[in-house]
Amino acid sequence: MPVSVANSQLIFDALKACDVKIISALPETWLVHLIRMADEDPEVTLVRVAKEEEAIGISAGAHLAGVNSALLMQNHGFLAAINPIVSLALLYKIPLLMLISYRGHMGERDPWQTQGGMVTEPLLQALGIPIWRLRDPHDVARRLSDAQTLALAALSPVAVLLTRELMWED
Amino acid sequence: MLRADALGAIYPELEDRIVVTIMGAVAAELYTLGHRPGFFYLEHAMGLASSLGLGIALALPRHKVVVIDGDGSLLMNLGALSTLARYRPGNLLHIVFDNESLLSVGGFPTATATGTDLAGVARACGIPRVDEADTPAQLQQAVVGALAGETLTTIVSKVEAIGPKSFHMDLPLLENRFQFKRALEALRRQE
Repeated sequence: MPVSVANSQLIFDALKACDVKIISALPETWLVHLIRMADEDPEVTLVRVAKEEEAIGISAGAHLAGVNSALLMQNHGFLAAINPIVSLALLYKIPLLMLISYRGHMGERDPWQTQGGMVTEPLLQALGIPIWRLRDPHDVARRLSDAQTLALAALSPVAVLLTRELMWED
Repeated sequence: MLRADALGAIYPELEDRIVVTIMGAVAAELYTLGHRPGFFYLEHAMGLASSLGLGIALALPRHKVVVIDGDGSLLMNLGALSTLARYRPGNLLHIVFDNESLLSVGGFPTATATGTDLAGVARACGIPRVDEADTPAQLQQAVVGALAGETLTTIVSKVEAIGPKSFHMDLPLLENRFQFKRALEALRRQE
């Protein structure tokens, strides 16, 4: 499976450097290594959710209890979670560090991913959620740290889009 | 059983706990019994009170967290029961008031009115302890038992579809949010 182990490790290390203690996830191909790393790390609690909506509640609870969290989801998971993003995170000013695998965009071969890929950024923009794209391995640590900093300062969700160039080795 | 009577019976067990409720009648009734900084009323995002409680329970493992859910909310997020059962935090108590109705939006019947058994669903999901309590005294006993133990517990209580005259609470939701976070921070400092 040509998902980049090295870049997944960079992302995971960056999350650890951000003092992230709870990571929620719903499995998806590009996230396999990240989820395994979270599962194997005794300092991190991995919560495997049945649907991404739950992850918004879990991260909200963690934040209110003073613990940093991150959410791993596919962009279709972001689509599934839009109501709680609006009616919990945005309504209650809850920071969310959402790492979203950016399927269905340039280079996508799976036809079923493409519609979600085309609406991801317009929907994030419509919600007023700041977007960082992770493309260059050298930017990973800085951009994740900056994304968390903004989320906590603005008390807002932020979206970090994990691009094909970073995650997939063709 | 009236939910207001059920809440009255368990209020002494709740007042020093972290409590997360759903919106609507149960929030207004608990608020009327006496708001505490450790009470959070999730005024929207139906179905996510249990997920929010799970996040708190995982983040503060030495403190008990009580989630007060309802049938309509739980039915919107049944998968959350399977996630709760998977991580089974022993510091989480999940109470479900089942009035078989979406009371605050016109009283339309939920699927529990036509046979869906939420206690059965919870058991089948793997919640390690599931109780049913249909009188205030039974509920009080079940709550005391669950809070004394270290086992993730769901208690399902059938209640009448009767709510308060007014759902008004003199507590803006952001004030509740920041006050609640401060209360949890104070608990965290005790750890």
